[in-house]
Amino acid sequence: MRRREFLTLSAASVGGVLVYSLDRKVSRLSAQAGQSIRIPLRFFSQSEALIVAAAASRIFPSDEAGPGAREAGVVVYIDRQLAGPWGRDGHRYTQEPFEENAAAEFGYQGKATPQHIYRQGLKDLTSFDTLAPAEQDQKLRQIETTLFFSLLRQNTVEGMFSDPIHGGNVDMVGWQLIGFPGPRMSNYDDVDKHFGEAFRPKPVSLREASGRKVRPSEDME
Amino acid sequence: MKALPPVDVVIVGGGWTGLLMAKELGTRTSLSVVVLERGALRKTEDYGDDMDELDYTIRLRMMQDASRETVTLRHDMSQRALPLRQHGSFLPGSGVGGAGEHWSAVCPRFLPDCFELLSRTAEKYGAARLPEDHSIQDWGVTYDELEAHYTRADLLLGLSGKAGNIRGKQIEGGNIFEGWRSAEYPTPPTKVPYFSSMFAEATKSLGYHPYPVPAATTSRAYTNPDGVSRAGCTYCGYCETFGCMIGAKSQPTNTLLPVIEKRKNVSIRSGAWVRRIAHDAPENKGRARGVIYIDAHGKEVFQPAELIFLASWTLNNTRLLLLSGIGEAYDPATGRGTVGRNLTHQVTFSAATAFFEKPLNRFMGSGASGMMFSDLDGDLIDHSGLPFLRGGTLNARSARSLPISECGVVPKSVKATWGSEWKKAALHYYDRTGRIGFSGEHLAYKGNYMDLDPTYKDGFGDPLLRLTLDWRENERKMAEYATAKAVEIAREMGAKEVNPFPGLRSYDATRYQSSHIQGGTIMGTVPDRSVLNPYLQHWHVSNLFVLGASAFPQNAAANPTPTILALTYRTADAVIDRYLKNPSALA
Repeated sequence: MRRREFLTLSAASVGGVLVYSLDRKVSRLSAQAGQSIRIPLRFFSQSEALIVAAAASRIFPSDEAGPGAREAGVVVYIDRQLAGPWGRDGHRYTQEPFEENAAAEFGYQGKATPQHIYRQGLKDLTSFDTLAPAEQDQKLRQIETTLFFSLLRQNTVEGMFSDPIHGGNVDMVGWQLIGFPGPRMSNYDDVDKHFGEAFRPKPVSLREASGRKVRPSEDME
Repeated sequence: MKALPPVDVVIVGGGWTGLLMAKELGTRTSLSVVVLERGALRKTEDYGDDMDELDYTIRLRMMQDASRETVTLRHDMSQRALPLRQHGSFLPGSGVGGAGEHWSAVCPRFLPDCFELLSRTAEKYGAARLPEDHSIQDWGVTYDELEAHYTRADLLLGLSGKAGNIRGKQIEGGNIFEGWRSAEYPTPPTKVPYFSSMFAEATKSLGYHPYPVPAATTSRAYTNPDGVSRAGCTYCGYCETFGCMIGAKSQPTNTLLPVIEKRKNVSIRSGAWVRRIAHDAPENKGRARGVIYIDAHGKEVFQPAELIFLASWTLNNTRLLLLSGIGEAYDPATGRGTVGRNLTHQVTFSAATAFFEKPLNRFMGSGASGMMFSDLDGDLIDHSGLPFLRGGTLNARSARSLPISECGVVPKSVKATWGSEWKKAALHYYDRTGRIGFSGEHLAYKGNYMDLDPTYKDGFGDPLLRLTLDWRENERKMAEYATAKAVEIAREMGAKEVNPFPGLRSYDATRYQSSHIQGGTIMGTVPDRSVLNPYLQHWHVSNLFVLGASAFPQNAAANPTPTILALTYRTADAVIDRYLKNPSALA
């Protein structure tokens, strides 16, 4: 078994408490300074995790429009997905023969699993996390058409907007950014009102809404 | 192989058609009925924690496990087919309730002329106007014969909507173009969200006749004629790819299962994977003897039965006949054989993606809440001067706004696909984007069909089903026409920018279209061009019936479930009233 790897993040960069201001802008209240969080990794090595975190932050940056992949903990989401059934192609048809160069209308036909694609793709991004943002963007533009990048981009969006149960979207930061309230049990009184104006109920997570300890797919065999 | 004690009836598949037949036979007769379902048992309470877009919409937790079985696809006979390694253009369900659990619950009826498509079209435009390689047919049943059964289905589901034609009397506000109904919908229309109400206003001003989408997500609490009660819809937005956590969306598990569970003569065996229908040779009158399946413990067993219903969705119904060697496989080169012919999908796409200035609050709604219109459906427009036949409906539904799927949909003018510029646009447009959808008829062609794949196998080593499927000019031209109309409507609604549908090229297995796949075991009036007679009874194996959309000779623009249920009711009546008294051919 491989050595247990951890990702060490400063508390200020992940989590914290996000609130709405009156003009419905998102802002961060407080993060405890000086502390760090050690997150056990399920698939990535620490150096891989730092590269993925940096790349996801260029895809969905933290900028004047609000928090991004870093605050949402996207790298933790991707790590868990890769370690779970999806990363191993648990539910993909994997009988041979593979037609690696099939037309796009047939969907991905290759043999490589998401785990393989990430591992190979990350080899082209050695020390990526130490580059300046402009250099990082340039590097990503070079691999923009690869399967690895399209997975990374899709997984980053998933990590921003999936239920926090999956490890990303910490504090529902992604949902707050776009005004999505999560699994709200009833909109009966509002669905035919608020025409032409933003209606933004406070988000709830699946565990809050259902009152159950939900088990995400990445924790299943 | 262990032989189990014989039963009167085996039903293969526990979805809408299988469970409806089980309910009818279980309550109206004393026959012993066994339903065999591959997937797991489940009930409404199992859906209390499924409102998770990642696991249900992206990872497709409710669908068949593609690692065990999928289909292969090629566009024409010259190509080598490739397996659909993950689901894409359609979503086969699994588990008790089947695809009827994860559906949107949109419930229009077919237009009357759909059932006589060949004769009506040839009559109006002449046979020469039909596409050269078409294989469209009449169904052998008419709308008038089905109407009473459609009404039973409406009552079963508690459909919400507004009738537009009650016994020939046109009613404003409903679909004035629909076939006659014997009664108003059981429940009033669902609430209309903002985007859909904008669509209704714009289409009305353009001269169309919008009406509320007929919905099996009922507008209020409802008790059906079987005494089954369901809650009213709360517009949470988690319908398609989800099971309803409060049972407001009619599903086999909340509508049929409560009745079946009370019947001692009906049992459901889950984890039962049927591989073959055992049958005698045709010279021995072609009787089906039972089914061979792998049970939940992995053991192969034989279940003898007097009467067998295949109710395992279009793809598996066709595949089981082919694997079992029942009937002759269709050969497009010679036109001989019937099993596998007339594969159709549906011409379904987002015709206009419209970007607005104001937020739409699109997280509120249901899979079927919205407005649609039928002015361009069927043969309601004159096609004399148009480059295609038939048509479809345009709609503005809510509840397809879950953020992983929809955040990042931006106007064409935004060129970036990642980074700050893209993010800014993605955040801005997330709740300012609405989709005008089109759903159109798909004609049947000689070259679109199903057979067994020569290369790829399932987990048991049985050949996968192979789809040979592509669009023709009729669908491409219809799509162009509908897209232009949708863009015009989006502009009328006040959209600042509109992304039109880019057009149909080759059949794209990665773009979700609809889970409306039809044909393969089609019904018809003569045995040399159909597998089933108009009562869904096999022409040559009289104790075998095949239920579901595999019986459709070609597809209509409307969603198939009400028609599937109506045909199943009609078959149940024919079996109970006629077949059981004299087990033989019904037609």
